[in-house]
Amino acid sequence: MAEELQQTNVGLDESPEAVLKVDDLRTSFFVGKSEVKAVDGVSFEVPKGKTLGIVGESGSGKSITALSILNLIEKPGEIKGGSIKYKGEELVNAKISRMRKIRGNEISMIFQEPMTSLNPVYTIGDQLSEVIKIHQKFGPKKQKERAIEMLKLVGIPSPEKRMKQYPYELSGGMRQRVMIAIALACKPELLISDEPTTALDVTIQAQILELIKELQEEIGMSVIMITHDLGVVAETCDYVAVMYAGRVVEYADVYTLFENPKHPYTVGLLNSLPRHDIEQDELVPIKGNVPAPHEMPPGCKFAPRCPFASDICKEMPELKKIDDGNDVRCWIYDERWDGEKGVKVYENK
Amino acid sequence: MKTSEDILREEENEEILRVEGLKQYFPIKGGFFGRTVNHVKAVDDITFTVNKGETVSIVGESGCGKSTTGRSILRLEEPTEGKVFFEGKDILAQSKKEMRDMRDDLQIIFQDPYASLNPRMTVKATLMEAMEITGAVPKREREQRVIDLLETVGLQRHQMHRYPHEFSGGQRQRIGIARALSVNPKLIICDEAVSALDVSIQAQVLNLLKKLQREMGLTYLFIAHDLGVVRHISDRIIVMYLGKIVEYGDTKSIFENPQHPYTKALLSAIPVADPRNKSDRIFLRGDIPSPIDPPTGCRFHTRCPFATDLCKTDTPVLENKDPESNAKHEVACHYALDIQSGKHEANYEMRDVRKNIDDESLEALEGQEEERY
Amino acid sequence: MIRFITQRLIQLIPVLFGVTILVFGILHLTPGDPALIMAGESAPEATVNAIRRRLGLDNPLHIQYFDFLKNVLTLDFGTSIRDNIPVSDHISARFFITFELAVISTAFSIFAGLLVGIVSAVWKYSFWDVSLMVITLFGLSMPNFWLGLMLIQWFSINLGWFAPTGWGNPNQMVLPVIALGTAGAAIIARMTRSSMLDVIGQDYIRTARAKGVKERSVIFKHALKNALIPVVTVAGLQFGYFLSGSVLTESVFAINGLGRLIIDSIFARDFPVVQGTVLVLAVMFVTVNFLVDITYKFLNKRVDLN
Repeated sequence: MAEELQQTNVGLDESPEAVLKVDDLRTSFFVGKSEVKAVDGVSFEVPKGKTLGIVGESGSGKSITALSILNLIEKPGEIKGGSIKYKGEELVNAKISRMRKIRGNEISMIFQEPMTSLNPVYTIGDQLSEVIKIHQKFGPKKQKERAIEMLKLVGIPSPEKRMKQYPYELSGGMRQRVMIAIALACKPELLISDEPTTALDVTIQAQILELIKELQEEIGMSVIMITHDLGVVAETCDYVAVMYAGRVVEYADVYTLFENPKHPYTVGLLNSLPRHDIEQDELVPIKGNVPAPHEMPPGCKFAPRCPFASDICKEMPELKKIDDGNDVRCWIYDERWDGEKGVKVYENK
Repeated sequence: MKTSEDILREEENEEILRVEGLKQYFPIKGGFFGRTVNHVKAVDDITFTVNKGETVSIVGESGCGKSTTGRSILRLEEPTEGKVFFEGKDILAQSKKEMRDMRDDLQIIFQDPYASLNPRMTVKATLMEAMEITGAVPKREREQRVIDLLETVGLQRHQMHRYPHEFSGGQRQRIGIARALSVNPKLIICDEAVSALDVSIQAQVLNLLKKLQREMGLTYLFIAHDLGVVRHISDRIIVMYLGKIVEYGDTKSIFENPQHPYTKALLSAIPVADPRNKSDRIFLRGDIPSPIDPPTGCRFHTRCPFATDLCKTDTPVLENKDPESNAKHEVACHYALDIQSGKHEANYEMRDVRKNIDDESLEALEGQEEERY
Repeated sequence: MIRFITQRLIQLIPVLFGVTILVFGILHLTPGDPALIMAGESAPEATVNAIRRRLGLDNPLHIQYFDFLKNVLTLDFGTSIRDNIPVSDHISARFFITFELAVISTAFSIFAGLLVGIVSAVWKYSFWDVSLMVITLFGLSMPNFWLGLMLIQWFSINLGWFAPTGWGNPNQMVLPVIALGTAGAAIIARMTRSSMLDVIGQDYIRTARAKGVKERSVIFKHALKNALIPVVTVAGLQFGYFLSGSVLTESVFAINGLGRLIIDSIFARDFPVVQGTVLVLAVMFVTVNFLVDITYKFLNKRVDLN
């Protein structure tokens, strides 16, 4: 605890200290003899008190990355390598007893499906008190007080009554609030939100996102926001990692990413997005589909769909910082680039 | 941004679909003898028209009745009340056989193409079957038609011998579109047709739908919850809430000048993909009420920041409230104009997402925080 | 909850009526004249008529049924033809033995079944899982009388560990309970396994782990209570099955219970006894199902949603 205390205090100065550093994380699933590399060398940092968005389409490995952080990968999946450092402490291969102390206490997680993420046979109160009981040395009375307090905090009306209710008695939005209350009951340093609003209606989504943002400021925690929705990213994140086929292809602060994207995939995503706030001409989709795991090309995984792909894309590019501050995994910005010189990947309209 | 085509379309302005007073109540069975104890009023007295060659979207959140509307029009569920005219003929008055003939003209594409395709039938068999049932295409031409259709929707000829599971989600949706097209329909109902697709694939399918509309003069009734998609594809928009239409108008007018408090809240709730342009949120209180016993008067009054006693008793009529505007725009709200002009003010804080939070619990929380460190 | 219970109780009434009609039918609607069968083929006409009158068989069928129903409601099942002892005395003398056998067998099958099922689910596809599932397959496919005979052969005759017959002391109970309960244990084990596997894959189990709940609590607190919901139904049905299974098991182990009473009475053509015993077993079966319903409801608060 002393060590942690020291490190927390360092955060007072301006340097963006990272709460979590993920380096070259690799998580695979084994089906028979074949290996599916769901996460294949992912690296990123979560600055203290900030929100990192991880955005990608289905199959990009963003959810597996999240589950890997808390070591919640189930068989036949397995973390094969890399490092996950939480405040300097290595979590890959950490003892299970240590991981249990971190889960729900220092790093919490909320999930996509509020309808199924709560245990149907226990009351809201039971499930909320449980996490407090595990991590705080409170008596039963204090546990209950704290649980009610948390329900109030997430804006659930008449919390005393809700404590005795079962999940089926609550709407989807209310259940997600309960999930947030559970996740935040022990004041975590880091909240991992895995598509927390995907299953919810848009007016409820707005409530949940706002709630997370407000509570983040109150508690001073960092957030990893995993989503497929670029709107959610723009709305809630400070930094963004764009994932494609198990890798981060671009990393930048949110303004740079939306105004000056560098990776052809990021650009493709932005051009495909129908917007409600502006009038658009034709959408420009990305051609083709994400290849099946066994059809993945060598080298850049995006090459088969990339309008700029060249010979060198048969080799895997590194994730490298380029002049304007984006980290990009693309040959176009490398001196070895053999395609059209000075190609404009994105035009700011 | 009007193309000559658009102008032409407006001049034609020929009505293809007209829905009048459509109601769809689903009985709830209960008690010992399975009596009908109540009704889910999924769609409750809605009226609208769709013109030839245009795209009309129905938007709203879950439980608003948008999907039920689409299904009722096709008589996939037999409507409780109302009339649906397709090219002047009342669909609901047709016999089973006449209805079968009409199905050539009316097709539907669903959200989950996988669930709506028979897993044991090849793409070719699926398309052939559709043509066979309706008899829209002579037997000799069917094989060639399958090949044409696949090319139209951007699949390759050799893929017709494959089974649905061999395709990706986007490709399956293309098959769903090909099946709908196979009988030369005039109107296609797209029920959340692109909702399950990743954004890069969704754009492909949206572009395809637009292209087909241009080339074949199709009419779409587009049912969706994603307002970005809706803005992109629609000419006109119907906003539904709890089985009723609350607002109806031209796309640009709805998005740039929403008049109903619900539409405003809905639009303000959508995250904008532009970090420098964060929208000014209106948070509605509470959840959507159950359609079993919907609120009286204006159904939105339980959550509306502007509701008065009048809204609890009088159901507002859907009508044009702004005579100065020449856009087609109707709204069902007693106070639409007064809210617009600022004369009628909100009666609860719309910007606070945790209305019932009090200072006490916040303080207690801060106390906890100190305890920990 | 109280409303639910009364509702179910009211629903029991038609079921019990059906039961009495069926049991009544055994005696009165099967071909042949019961009085003649009882008296014997060569009995004089007067004797047959006397029996007919005594049993009320000369009345119209519906009158007979209402008489029967009236008697049943006062727990009067008539008298045994063999020994003229009231049928209810026969039943009450043996009821407890059969009940005890069924209860202990149910307890055994639930305990063994849950244990095997949980072990298999937690270590799925392991050596233990595969071997246990093969064993349960054997347990399922063995008829209980045959298993009973084999158990007597091995453990009583060859090894001399347990008594081969009778009921009363624990030594006598082991083999009949295993013989009767094994198939049930196997069913419950397989049911528990698949139910647990289903539950372990649910989102709320992941939530529990993400909260830092110990694996033991994840399994026994979060998963098991959910997994038990379908198992309860099966276990309840097992109890009913054990009641009927007792007919064979009691014969094999020479246990003086209701099952054996039925067999003996059938051979002796003692129809009032058969009728009374079957009725008692049927009512027990219905009652157990009622209790299962209540437990199910208690475990699964979501039932009233449907």
